[in-house]
Amino acid sequence: MAVALARRQMERWRGSREPRGSDGMSNLVRHRLFWPVAMLLLLLVGNLAFTPGFFAIELRDGHLFGALIDILRQGAPLMLVALGMTLVIATGGIDLSVGAVVAISGALACQQISQLGDQGAVGGVLVAVALALLLCAGLGLWNGFLVGVVGIQPIIATLILMIAGRGVAQLITGGQIINVNSPPYKAIATGFLLAVPVPVIIAAALVAVVALVTRRSAFGMLLESVGGNAGASRLAGIRSRQLIIIAYVACAVCAGVAGLMVSSTVSSADGNNAGLLIELDAILAVVIGGTSLLGGRFSIAGTVVGALLIKTLDTTIYTIGIPPEVTLLFKAVVVVVLCLVQAPAFRARFARRRPTAEVSA
Amino acid sequence: MLRKVSAVVLGGVLVAAALAACGGQERGGGSGTGSGAGKDDGQIVMGFSQVGAESGWRTANTKSIQESAEAAGIKLQFSDAQQKQENQIKAIRSFISQKVDIIAFSPVVESGWDTVLKEAKDAGIPVILTDRAVDSPDKTLYKTFIGSDFVVEGQKAGEWVKQEFASASGPVNMVELQGNTGAAPAIDRKEGFASVIGSDPKFKMLASQPGDFTRVKGKEVMEAFLRANPDIDLLYAHNDDMGLGAIEAIEAAGKKPGTDIKIVTVDAVKDGMQALADGKINFIVECSPLLGPQLMDLAKKVVAGETVPERVLTEETTFTQEQAKSALPDRKY
Repeated sequence: MAVALARRQMERWRGSREPRGSDGMSNLVRHRLFWPVAMLLLLLVGNLAFTPGFFAIELRDGHLFGALIDILRQGAPLMLVALGMTLVIATGGIDLSVGAVVAISGALACQQISQLGDQGAVGGVLVAVALALLLCAGLGLWNGFLVGVVGIQPIIATLILMIAGRGVAQLITGGQIINVNSPPYKAIATGFLLAVPVPVIIAAALVAVVALVTRRSAFGMLLESVGGNAGASRLAGIRSRQLIIIAYVACAVCAGVAGLMVSSTVSSADGNNAGLLIELDAILAVVIGGTSLLGGRFSIAGTVVGALLIKTLDTTIYTIGIPPEVTLLFKAVVVVVLCLVQAPAFRARFARRRPTAEVSA
Repeated sequence: MLRKVSAVVLGGVLVAAALAACGGQERGGGSGTGSGAGKDDGQIVMGFSQVGAESGWRTANTKSIQESAEAAGIKLQFSDAQQKQENQIKAIRSFISQKVDIIAFSPVVESGWDTVLKEAKDAGIPVILTDRAVDSPDKTLYKTFIGSDFVVEGQKAGEWVKQEFASASGPVNMVELQGNTGAAPAIDRKEGFASVIGSDPKFKMLASQPGDFTRVKGKEVMEAFLRANPDIDLLYAHNDDMGLGAIEAIEAAGKKPGTDIKIVTVDAVKDGMQALADGKINFIVECSPLLGPQLMDLAKKVVAGETVPERVLTEETTFTQEQAKSALPDRKY
């Protein structure tokens, strides 16, 4: 009985496979990603009204250029941070320290590169990047240890690194902005591979890897089970402690890669400002994507859509020239509307009312 | 404990954000000092309470004050408030009990100074504000306020733009990268610029958005500007860092910063001056932390009982590309 119920729940959650409803359209509307995608498209079309060539993508010097490419490229760091955040949230946790990890990663990489004799040396840059990511993995291990082993509440455990991490980043940079002049490092955020911007490729690859590992192996299901009920999972023989640690390490490494992008895009590391408040945007992206903050279920595709939506929203604000004083309000309205239409209670009321409206029309 | 730590850090972050206009990055505060003051040898003793050491700009500010005090023969009691008003009030009270000749300080926040300033006044110790103002309605609580005027900085930028495009016939398309929304330097620099430019219909402000005084945001916003407006003639950035980020965006779009798009910024930190010397920025309005010498002059006058103006502007200049090349080698911050 319970199993059948759980399966039902699962099926409802994986909306696309929902057996009820023969109408294709209503199935589409009921898909959990329908509203975020619809909002994303709405914003894009809205941009087209203000910027005629918004959808135009041109090939210049063998590189893809265009506003849509910009959104993908600028959205890559947020997408990565949100990707890692999805895994952590799936376990029922949260990671507030990602912004600080972004800063630390960029700071260490730039600090290492600035000390190279030849900043253009690919080998040296790779070592610097590897060191930065290794440090990030260590930071993730620390978070995972606090949450999984010590048992501190995730929001408190990661708050420690959120605060201390900025200090660490400033310690690495010596409180100054570190400038580097390294073509290989710069390529991480501004290079192109086969006409596609490098950060987009990196983000896509990492998303693909995480999606494969979580959906083609048992890993994703185990994460969800830990998030659903860590105690029960442990009793069922799942090593929840290990899984939690893995999730936090993956999250920190994702944030580390994002940090490399952020610092590479301007060839400098700013311990104070890099990744500032990105944790909130990442959590928002995850939530927009339909992942429950309570843990136990997650959607990688949803997170990708959520991150793109947030970045498109930013771009929209710049291009249609929304006055800075009302920017936050505009963002809030979009997010509130989106959350409302996604909320089952709100939609149920909306759906019930619609037939009467059709009758009267 | 954690709450306290987070409150301290949060406070620090807030102050740093407000300060980001002049300089860049935050650093964990140093340690407060303060020893007994001897004032019988006729030497002027100044108690100075600094905000903290949150940015390169602030560090340069501290250094300037310490060096010029020594040069002026003024004994300096220096105290670092580490971004906390309570530390600063404590420091001022300790200066009062030490009976220093004059107190100077950069207020961490604008409000809440009336009581302690009244105590200083009652003790007969004059006070000079540096860099930032207080909002006390009672102007007799302090002798003078020395610091930059952000409105004037905006005006200087505007005047250069007017001159630069004096012979241009067609419309001049401008974009603006503002500081953090609501920050005093952002509001004032925008206002000053607009007050000079605004009357001339030739100049068109196509877009104006906050870049939060950071390079990454400056680049991101500039990319969107470039996408939406193919013909930009001029960029006005409220600080060097946003300008530096925008340069990356302009170069990525296949244009030449400084030539295709003229750039004017405010601050004149070292990296900005380098870009100016390299021809990627066209003009920088200085926002100088080096107010030490002026402060010491004022202090001497105040102690000698001379009257001083109630608002003193920091001596600041502007830099063209040529001037940047010669000024760059001994740029301190």
